Amino acid sequence: MSLTAGVRSSKTRSDEDDDLFKAALVKLIPHMRAFARSLCGDATVADDLAQDAMVKAWAARASFKVGTNMKAWTFMILRNQFYSDKRRSWRETQLDQDAAERTLVAVDDPSAPIALNEMRLALAMLPAEQREALILVGAGGFAYEEVAEICGCAVGTAKSRVSRARRALHAILASGVYERDGRPASEAMGSILSEASRLKFVL
Amino acid sequence: MNSDKEHEEARPSPPKDADEMIDHHPRIGREKIATAFEEGHLRQQAIGVRLRQMFDAVVNEEVPDEFLEILRRADERGSEPG
Repeated sequence: MSLTAGVRSSKTRSDEDDDLFKAALVKLIPHMRAFARSLCGDATVADDLAQDAMVKAWAARASFKVGTNMKAWTFMILRNQFYSDKRRSWRETQLDQDAAERTLVAVDDPSAPIALNEMRLALAMLPAEQREALILVGAGGFAYEEVAEICGCAVGTAKSRVSRARRALHAILASGVYERDGRPASEAMGSILSEASRLKFVL
Repeated sequence: MNSDKEHEEARPSPPKDADEMIDHHPRIGREKIATAFEEGHLRQQAIGVRLRQMFDAVVNEEVPDEFLEILRRADERGSEPG
């Protein structure tokens, strides 16, 4: 493989740049897929989004500034693509489908692991901008400054989105939104949000 | 419903002597806050762990071949003269 690549001897500088960029982009694919999944929820839709973002990133490679964070740059492209497509299946459809069938139960042991279904449901209840900020910081390992750049907001806004998301998630998971009596989610959400503001001092 | 009862419990008991009045600590309230703080902290940790697990699970998935195939085709198009 490397031999055939070596045969292309008359490389210009930009060819080498392209190769380097491409190698980095390939390494970022798993992360782009994960971020796309966190935005979309649905795996197939997410992979379509990640592929589109990958192609866009490749096409825009000349505008990437070497020395800046390429992961943040690709995430920004992916996020812009997501919002321009309005592929918001996670927020708009998945919640309704899943909510009808699944039940969240309040947890007594605060250190108990959170069930995957509960976490997915709880995440789905967050406003999109809070969810993405929390995922970028909590799972993607980005600094607030980078989140601000990816999401096109002020650093302070990014910080407050993350802290509000943490509070809301905590409140949702602690109280168990979808009670067995089938109380409507909107009603439950109201009480959770007031609970969340009461919990402020805790978090 | 039982919020009145909780309120009752949280209310500090009147001091028994001058020393206690001077050096008074609303113990029950503080313990409650400390416990709540610890529980909140543990829960946040559990949330963080689960969040990373969900993300990393996708990162660690094998990338479908079509990603590399699409990128290869995009590269070929980009290399064409003109």
